Amino acid sequence: MSFIFYVLTALTVAGALAAVLLKNTVHCALALSVAFTGMALLFLNLDAQFAGFAQFMVYVGAVAILVVFAILLTKGSETPTGGVFSRTWLMGLVIAAGVFAVLGWAVMGSMKALPQLTAVPQVTVLQIGNALVGRYVLPLEIVAVLLTAAMIGAVIVALHERSEVAKEGQK
Amino acid sequence: MTPLACYLLVAALMFSIGLAGALTRRNAILVLIGIELMLNAANLNLIAFWRYGPHPEKLTGMIFAIFSIAVAAAEAAVGLGLVIQIHRHAHTTDIDAMDRMKG
Repeated sequence: MSFIFYVLTALTVAGALAAVLLKNTVHCALALSVAFTGMALLFLNLDAQFAGFAQFMVYVGAVAILVVFAILLTKGSETPTGGVFSRTWLMGLVIAAGVFAVLGWAVMGSMKALPQLTAVPQVTVLQIGNALVGRYVLPLEIVAVLLTAAMIGAVIVALHERSEVAKEGQK
Repeated sequence: MTPLACYLLVAALMFSIGLAGALTRRNAILVLIGIELMLNAANLNLIAFWRYGPHPEKLTGMIFAIFSIAVAAAEAAVGLGLVIQIHRHAHTTDIDAMDRMKG
């Protein structure tokens, strides 16, 4: 494996670990954007330019900003008195380690069956666009409906209820 | 080790870190961050299999990853909206404190 792969892996894993382990929630969000950036660079390293830039725009540009907004709106940056980890943290850690052990064992065990092709695929954005409006046009339409529904749903869920606002006004 | 196996191991590690975060943190937003990391790891698997698979010109894995990114964005928007609403009702985002439905 190339040197760049190890650098990008170290960046991504360090960002993910910091996002999970840091005490201050705002720092977690910043570390999360580092992990997302590392993941986008890994996509680019895999010659998936379109997916890499989509990952960069959607995750670093939108999801990380949403997370920061949510933290600031819920005053989540204050460290709680009982520590940042749940009461059942040991169980969670054991489950995560077990999942990693099983996944790693499966990958190592199926090493010989994995394809070993290394020819760089020549994929242009034109081809991706043609595939999206040709063979994959139905999923594209469904995702469009899903995004619209999710947007309306998120607005309705996060909206102040009218009676609640009126009550607060009376106080 | 083949390059594909390396990428799969990195994806497994990212998935486990995300799972550990989702299971051990108390803040609901941090749980969502863990879920996002897990989704990212799945996308890395899809892209790696697309790149080293026998038919990369058919674009299946790439398109799957792009749709997965779109669905993850929708999930993040709705999830964070729910967290904000829960904070408005219960004045906390601590999921250990949200035990109203516990028997």
